[in-house]
Amino acid sequence: MWPPPPAPEPGSSPLSTESPENSCCCENSGLPGLMTTPSETRSSRMRVLGLGWRGPTGTEPGPGAQAAYRLRFRTCWLWLVGVPDTCLSMGLELYLDLLSASCRAVYIFARKNNIPFDFQFVDLLKGHHHSKEYIKINPLKKVPSLKDGKFVLSESVAILFYLCRKYSTPSHWYPPDLHTRARVDEFMAWQHTAIQMPMSRILWIKMLIPMITGEEVPDEKVEQMLAEVKNSMQLFEEKFLQDKMFISGDHISLADVVALVEMMQPMGGNYDVFLNSSKIAEWRMRVELAIGPSLFGEAHDRLMRLAEWDSSTLDPMVKERICELLQKFK
Amino acid sequence: MGLELYLDLLSQPCRAIYIFAKKNRIPFEMHTVELLKGQHLSDAFAQVNPLKKVPALKDGDFTLAESVAILLYLTRKYKVADHWYPQDLQACARVDEYLAWQHTTLRRSCLRALWHKVMFPVFLGEPVSPEMLATTLAELDVTLQLLEDKFLQNKAFLIGPHVSLADLVAITELMHPVGAGCQVFEGRPKLAAWYRRVEAAVGEDLFREAHEVILKAKDSPPADPTIKQKLMPAVLAMIR
Repeated sequence: MWPPPPAPEPGSSPLSTESPENSCCCENSGLPGLMTTPSETRSSRMRVLGLGWRGPTGTEPGPGAQAAYRLRFRTCWLWLVGVPDTCLSMGLELYLDLLSASCRAVYIFARKNNIPFDFQFVDLLKGHHHSKEYIKINPLKKVPSLKDGKFVLSESVAILFYLCRKYSTPSHWYPPDLHTRARVDEFMAWQHTAIQMPMSRILWIKMLIPMITGEEVPDEKVEQMLAEVKNSMQLFEEKFLQDKMFISGDHISLADVVALVEMMQPMGGNYDVFLNSSKIAEWRMRVELAIGPSLFGEAHDRLMRLAEWDSSTLDPMVKERICELLQKFK
Repeated sequence: MGLELYLDLLSQPCRAIYIFAKKNRIPFEMHTVELLKGQHLSDAFAQVNPLKKVPALKDGDFTLAESVAILLYLTRKYKVADHWYPQDLQACARVDEYLAWQHTTLRRSCLRALWHKVMFPVFLGEPVSPEMLATTLAELDVTLQLLEDKFLQNKAFLIGPHVSLADLVAITELMHPVGAGCQVFEGRPKLAAWYRRVEAAVGEDLFREAHEVILKAKDSPPADPTIKQKLMPAVLAMIR
């Protein structure tokens, strides 16, 4: 069952809205102004029924999220009349933390295409991805994960292709033409090591490691990583984007969404990779516009507020791993 | 001009493409790009692949990099048997899942195992500390366990009863540490059995032919200083 149920307090009703599991995540994680997406715990189901559901940034949910909400409402009603938990979750579930670029790609794609899903928040900062319950869902302990009935899938690229196919999304996302599709595949393969890894490392070295350990990563390593990112951005411009509007040509595809969410990662640490190239900056604007500025902003809100996070609430096991990571850089 | 494939069978992804094309009788002209001579860094090759890596494909005016993209292109263009990349939604997703996962995990561990155990000391004349080698081999061990526990489990092949692109990509990766003298199948009977099944599905002769180069990696003559200087930055970036 996900998430793990809270231990009942003596004398408390399972329908209580006071469960600590249920308090606004802005108190638990120290991220101000963010409401956790309602989990499957009983008390939060009551809240969903009683109150308007708020999306991850406290704003009104868009059409895709509303569809997900309606599904949850129906499942909550079934729960109230006694249908066991295991039968309730009938639709698509996406296990996400929008701090992760791969999760943002999946979230944006699903919302943009009005694919109804249950948003299952896996708080990376609290180490939820290492919990026994989550390991049952994804033994690789990573986000995002997709659960469609009994079918569980990891890896954002695989999830994106799956959603495209299952929900027959408009063809520009993953064009059927042999050569155009190959261009999308080419970028999706290249980005793992050339974009995702270095961009994520920038956030770690510029923000997370100093914030959590109180120590800076040696200058030499920082310079090396920044040079790697610069090189990747250059290759992106010269080989993948060139003079086109989008990576595959005139229309936005999965490749653009994946590229942009990953390039946004260092922004969480106030490092802007878009500054050096007007071509890439223009492409970025086109992609944001095609996605929809409101959806794009919502998906990136948690990342952009990372600097405000109270790192003393970090899960101790996660902190230990991060300290080990720092040693590798030294 | 028909299909051209720019390959060096020293490289794992090149082997996967070579085997796939040959197995499916896809006619192609092979261009060997010798990595140990730095030929992938030439301006001429950059015209084919500006990323300066192998494998690369050229089909008329169309060029393509990245082995996963090339395999999918060949799968679609030459309409190969369904089991390689199934039509079934979930089976296909499983292949995609493996092909995505392996970039930063098995690919990386296998590459590091080869370079730390053999190529650095033998070819580049650079010693590798026992601690570094031990860490690399321990990482490989963890990845192999994941391969077995999460992907293979009790199935005949990685995604089910038939061989697919996932198995081809995985097996060619594993031959890297095998070429380095690592006993990857020792104490892993499940993986060993899977290896034999994939080899049989591909054809033993073809499998052997594709792996002749990697199995001789330990006998690579040392690089001359110019080559070493030329290759070092790219090698360090590759295995970081």
